[in-house]
Amino acid sequence: MNPAPHVAVRNLSVTVRAPDGSPLRIVDDVSFTIQRGEVMALIGESGSGKTTIALSLLGYARSGAKISGAITVGKASFGGAGQATLAAQRGNRITYVAQSAAAAFNPSRRVIEQVIEPALIHGTASAAEARKHSMALFEALALPNPETIGSRYPHELSGGQLQRLMAAMALITRPDLVIFDEPTTALDVTTQVEVLQAFRKVVREQGATGVYVSHDLAVVAQMADQILVLNRGKVREQNSVKAVLETPSDDYTQTLLAAAQPVIKAAVPTVAPTAVGAAPLLSIEGIHAGYGAIDRNGCAAHPVLTDVSLHIGRGAAVGVIGESGSGKSTVARVVAGLLAPTAGTVSLDGEPLAASLNRRTREQLRRIQIVFQNADIALNPAHSVGEILGRVLRFYHGSSSHQARQRIAELLDLIRLPAGIADRRCDELSGGQKQRVNLARALAANPDVILCDEVTSALDTVVREAILELLAELRRDLGVAYLFISHDIATVKALCDEIVVLYKGTRVESGLRDSYAAPPFHPYTDLLISSVPELRTDWLSSVGPQASARFAHMHESAALCRFVPRCPVAVAGRCDVTPPPHRAMTAGNTVLCHRTESELTGS
Amino acid sequence: MSSTRLFRAVARLPLSGKIGLVLVIFWIVIAAIGPFIAPYPPGSFSNQEVFSESSSEFWLGSDYLGRDVLSRLLSGARFTVGLSAVAVAIAASIGTGFALMAAVGPHWVDELLSRAMDTLISIPSKIFALVLVAAFGSSLILLTVIIAITYVPGNFRIARSLAVGLARLDYVEVARARGEGRLHLALVEVLPNMIRPLCADIGLRFVFIVLLLSGLSFLGLGLQPPDADLGSLVRENTSGLAEGALAIIAPAVAIASLTVGVNLLIDAATQGKAR
Ligand SMILES: Nc1ncnc2c1ncn2[C@@H]1O[C@H](COP(=O)(O)OP(=O)(O)O)[C@@H](O)[C@H]1O
Ligand code: SF4
Ligand SMILES: [Mg+2]
Repeated sequence: MNPAPHVAVRNLSVTVRAPDGSPLRIVDDVSFTIQRGEVMALIGESGSGKTTIALSLLGYARSGAKISGAITVGKASFGGAGQATLAAQRGNRITYVAQSAAAAFNPSRRVIEQVIEPALIHGTASAAEARKHSMALFEALALPNPETIGSRYPHELSGGQLQRLMAAMALITRPDLVIFDEPTTALDVTTQVEVLQAFRKVVREQGATGVYVSHDLAVVAQMADQILVLNRGKVREQNSVKAVLETPSDDYTQTLLAAAQPVIKAAVPTVAPTAVGAAPLLSIEGIHAGYGAIDRNGCAAHPVLTDVSLHIGRGAAVGVIGESGSGKSTVARVVAGLLAPTAGTVSLDGEPLAASLNRRTREQLRRIQIVFQNADIALNPAHSVGEILGRVLRFYHGSSSHQARQRIAELLDLIRLPAGIADRRCDELSGGQKQRVNLARALAANPDVILCDEVTSALDTVVREAILELLAELRRDLGVAYLFISHDIATVKALCDEIVVLYKGTRVESGLRDSYAAPPFHPYTDLLISSVPELRTDWLSSVGPQASARFAHMHESAALCRFVPRCPVAVAGRCDVTPPPHRAMTAGNTVLCHRTESELTGS
Repeated sequence: MSSTRLFRAVARLPLSGKIGLVLVIFWIVIAAIGPFIAPYPPGSFSNQEVFSESSSEFWLGSDYLGRDVLSRLLSGARFTVGLSAVAVAIAASIGTGFALMAAVGPHWVDELLSRAMDTLISIPSKIFALVLVAAFGSSLILLTVIIAITYVPGNFRIARSLAVGLARLDYVEVARARGEGRLHLALVEVLPNMIRPLCADIGLRFVFIVLLLSGLSFLGLGLQPPDADLGSLVRENTSGLAEGALAIIAPAVAIASLTVGVNLLIDAATQGKAR
């Protein structure tokens, strides 16, 4: 073992002033060391102090924060003098990779200039050397065309590519410490795999020492050597990755591990199959929809959905998954009447609904409720919880204020919040509480179906599991049906009995949950499933590099399978010529693909 | 509950904000009770001497006709503060009302209103007011209406950009999906969230109106004698400028302290929000 640790944090405490003026310890007596070339992960829920620790390592303290304890990185220390302070080392010996690379790049300058800038500013290399080094980094980060990609502008690159370029920027000065702050949280799973693989390769090759901040244990398991589990500013457990995953000693770590693999414990009865011939509760038939002006042929300027159909039985839960931009929210908006489809119908109990809101009856509106992802902007900050729920009760049920008060108490009980919360403003609530109120507002209408648009995506894993649990219970007790939209297949599997996969606005696969347990899948579903990080350290190596698509040069076309440019198993002469058929598989799922069942099972 | 909240908000204001608040309250009180505490009727020639110095009988001396400056100031403040407040209230109601219509109404309403306001705003406000006053003469009501109209487009612009931004938020979408009418969307969902920034705008516009009114009066197009607002008081007594008469300094200081007070208060209140 190295005698002097490369990075040492001893008894670090950070105290800030709470809104009411009292001192609040957000980091409480944290100590750890990192050897050169190792990666230490800081893991915990939001508010656990992980970002504060990362910022202290950068020599940065929030205004009004009091820091005590000692931090040393190489020769620099927090309280050191002159060039030896952490703050003076920032950007040179200590660098940072943030969550949103898109916000970190200047849109008007070529990326290469921005990537080598730290080396030039700090004089660690000449421009020519820095350029050469950056090419090597681009290569190591598996960026396409490492020689020329630097001459592009940020807006010409994808989120995953920018994230990797940001890592190159952080490594260009060969720093003593790189801090990764949730660098893949904003990415789609499919992109996340590539970025994680690139990060791991470059960190190993460069022998960089890193701190990796994340809330996702499975991601951390791929990247780190050591894990520090934080909860409310305190260290709950510190150990090697293997030990934390396999033999967690702390009960909080165990909670985190359990929440990382959501399995709904609330028993959900399998939905009684709708009687043959009876219309499903909600059915969506051949929807085309988009944004912008509508032309003479009835097509929107920016078409988003193409021929999307799905059916929801009474009390059923249907999940919709896909990458961001695949049109999941658009489906919900069409069903809610917020966006008129250009073709196709939405019907409730067999009765077609008007395309636009103001031609639907209040009763029809009541039966379909929508819940948005971000409770911060889904609840009006000017109103109290009681006012928000009361308005729904008066609007749909004409409740008197006395009735409303009673019902509000019942609703709050239903979503497990104390009755006293009715008088509070939403901005005084925590994220999980807000999302519960957000749900309660939909429940207040006594709806038949709730459209849940990414309702758990902004929440920490532990809170997310509680909300999923609640959704399952409400379904069991109230018989409410869900259209549950998420980009996370694990969440959808935990709650839904039927799952629809959307790719660029087309439904590429649909089937019962069980049919997603094993192949045959649609090649895109396969990619989605295999991209979800697993809670084992060797997962990332086992996924292997993503198979290259043979038609990567082709442009996506509405007349063919849209997945052609990314599909590893595309068939020449078929996929690039004719549109694929919907194929029924024996497991009951339907797949939009040219490949047959046996071919898809084998792949 | 809400009074303690108010108290805390005041206590948290920086010193400049507290000074502003005191000045604003002072002028509101003067506008309300000024004429009742005036030692003399504002129009009476109570002093033999013109432009007299401050004395125990005439705290602020006398004006160019020998009237008591303090009494005239006390009644002038009511005109300045009252007329400006009414005008700004009208301007803000119309401007914000239109802005809400633009935000929750169909697209063409927004287009129409925005174009109309752009046209109105491209006319320089002082010249616009001058022309109208010159054309229609100057009565108290007409003056108020003209000044109010002058400030509608400015308020509309600010309020529209706030309202359009808010109307896109999810909580408004949720209300729309619930089937709420446009009136509910505008008044219950959108308006309460724009009050704070709007107050800053309204305060600023109040200051502009005070200055515009004073300017008009100074040019002789504002209030007509025997009524006088603070601007008219300055104008009447310009002949005392050379000797530095209190009769001209006092109303000028009054205008300055009123406008500076409002400004200080707005600055402090909006900074508090950014924190
Ligand atoms: N109001 C809008 N105007 C124009 N385009 C939009 C609008 N909302 C969404 N889109 C586009 O529609 C596509 C699908 O978006 P969305 O349904 O939100 O996808 P998802 O919810 O799956 O992320 C995206 O390409 C997005 O840019
Ligand atoms: S149709 Fe062809 S390109 Fe599309 S998913 Fe199937 S195999 Fe791949
Ligand atoms: Mg979405």
